[in-house]
Amino acid sequence: MDAGFFRRWLTTAARAVERDADRLTALDSAIGDADHGSNMRRGMAAVAAALDAEEPATPGAVLLLAGRTLVSTVGGASGPLYGTLLRRAGKALGDAERVEGEELREALAAGADAVARLGGAAQGDKTMLDALLPAVAALPDLAAAAGAAERGAEATVALRARRGRASYLGERSEGHMDPGSASTALLFLALAEVADDA
Amino acid sequence: MRMLINAAERVVADALRGMAQAHPELVVDVEHRVIVRADAPVAGKVGLVSGGGSGHEPLHGGFVGPGMLDAACPGEVFTSPVPDQMVRAAAAVDSGAGVLFVVKNYTGDVLNFDMAAELAEDEGIRVAKVLVRDDVAVEDSTHTAGRRGTGATLFVEKIAGAAAEEGAPLERVTALARQVADSSLSFGVALGAPATPAKGGPTFDLPPGELELGIGIHGEPGRERRRMMTSGGIADAAVGVLLDELRPDGPVLALVNGMGATPLLELYGFGAEVRRVLDERGVPVARTLVGNYVTSLDMAGCSVTLCRADEELLRLWDAPVSTPGLRWGR
Repeated sequence: MDAGFFRRWLTTAARAVERDADRLTALDSAIGDADHGSNMRRGMAAVAAALDAEEPATPGAVLLLAGRTLVSTVGGASGPLYGTLLRRAGKALGDAERVEGEELREALAAGADAVARLGGAAQGDKTMLDALLPAVAALPDLAAAAGAAERGAEATVALRARRGRASYLGERSEGHMDPGSASTALLFLALAEVADDA
Repeated sequence: MRMLINAAERVVADALRGMAQAHPELVVDVEHRVIVRADAPVAGKVGLVSGGGSGHEPLHGGFVGPGMLDAACPGEVFTSPVPDQMVRAAAAVDSGAGVLFVVKNYTGDVLNFDMAAELAEDEGIRVAKVLVRDDVAVEDSTHTAGRRGTGATLFVEKIAGAAAEEGAPLERVTALARQVADSSLSFGVALGAPATPAKGGPTFDLPPGELELGIGIHGEPGRERRRMMTSGGIADAAVGVLLDELRPDGPVLALVNGMGATPLLELYGFGAEVRRVLDERGVPVARTLVGNYVTSLDMAGCSVTLCRADEELLRLWDAPVSTPGLRWGR
């Protein structure tokens, strides 16, 4: 996997978020403040534009630029959390021109760890981590990771939120999918899709 | 849903353009989304910076001016601003005396202001932070994100702003801001859901004849849904919850706040009921403010904020303020 692969991953993810923005916002409307779709669409469109303009030469540089762009354009909790995920993973990849599956797993594991620390959340709190952690655990098999992320997002439906804005609702947060876990599933579906096309 | 907008993506930019035209005493940077008082940085003065999602007007941009905030950063609707905006605001208002960030306790606001504080300190700006978390409807436990920051934000910004205007140093302004934040509690009620431009409709469904108790200011449902009550019944419930925890042994500041779509006719009537309950409970009310100050787009409903006030806080509350949203004494 080279820089081109990582650029295709994130532009594919940007298209998926664009397509699903209204669904993400509807999920957020039930237990949050109805802006996750429009925020992620704005951020991922900016990521696609930045990657196009700068064409970073290494996988690490692609992820660093994408993370920095998300922090600067998204706001809310999603900006810092997704920004940290990609920046931390990008740092872990260093200057390598090409990345093997095991290196990708380690990098995204470092990113997921940083997200958990920043948000003070753990698996089961009904956040993006409920999709992210199972996906990372299923790597380096990209298709398995995508499936694990989707199942993780589905599993948030039954949970009571303990972090983020949905936590204000207490037991009323039960019965709804966490929007952050849904957008994380899109990210891993895009990763599997790009690998299939390669 | 009919809204007076061009397009959801343009709402904030359009509003900032209009605000710049209506308030030449402010410098409104529409591109970078920072609102600064025109005479900043004021020599020797601590800079007060706040910000948060748009949709709560006049909070925060409407509270920029002498006696209150030096700068505000509006985010997208109901979305916290990004660190770049906050760093730019801090740099614009820092006279060397340091900058206080007033942060409402929402995950997004906290994370972005934390990142901004680090970046600003890298640029040599002294930064202090105060977290506002006054909403009693949220159980403050390890199983939630903690209490939301709502109406008390106005008390913190006004009182800390007055202290900064008098020339108090950063440590003192910060201590006063903490005292106000720790002495204030709020409780909110929704009579209807707000409509966000992004969704193009109401954020939750509230059937006629019912109301939501314990709401925040982002269109999220509350803790509990009940049959509609009278203004007096709502005041009994709200003030009762506040006093049970606040336990004031002296005068209080009271804010009777509209959420955006409730007319002043109703708010003043509700304010009278709030006053009745406080009188019944023997709590002296030193000052009352009634109006739409910390709103939630076009949500119908209201909130009550009480702050235990000592003489120093009352003096600073009465000090002159000159902003688009709050103005007295000069």
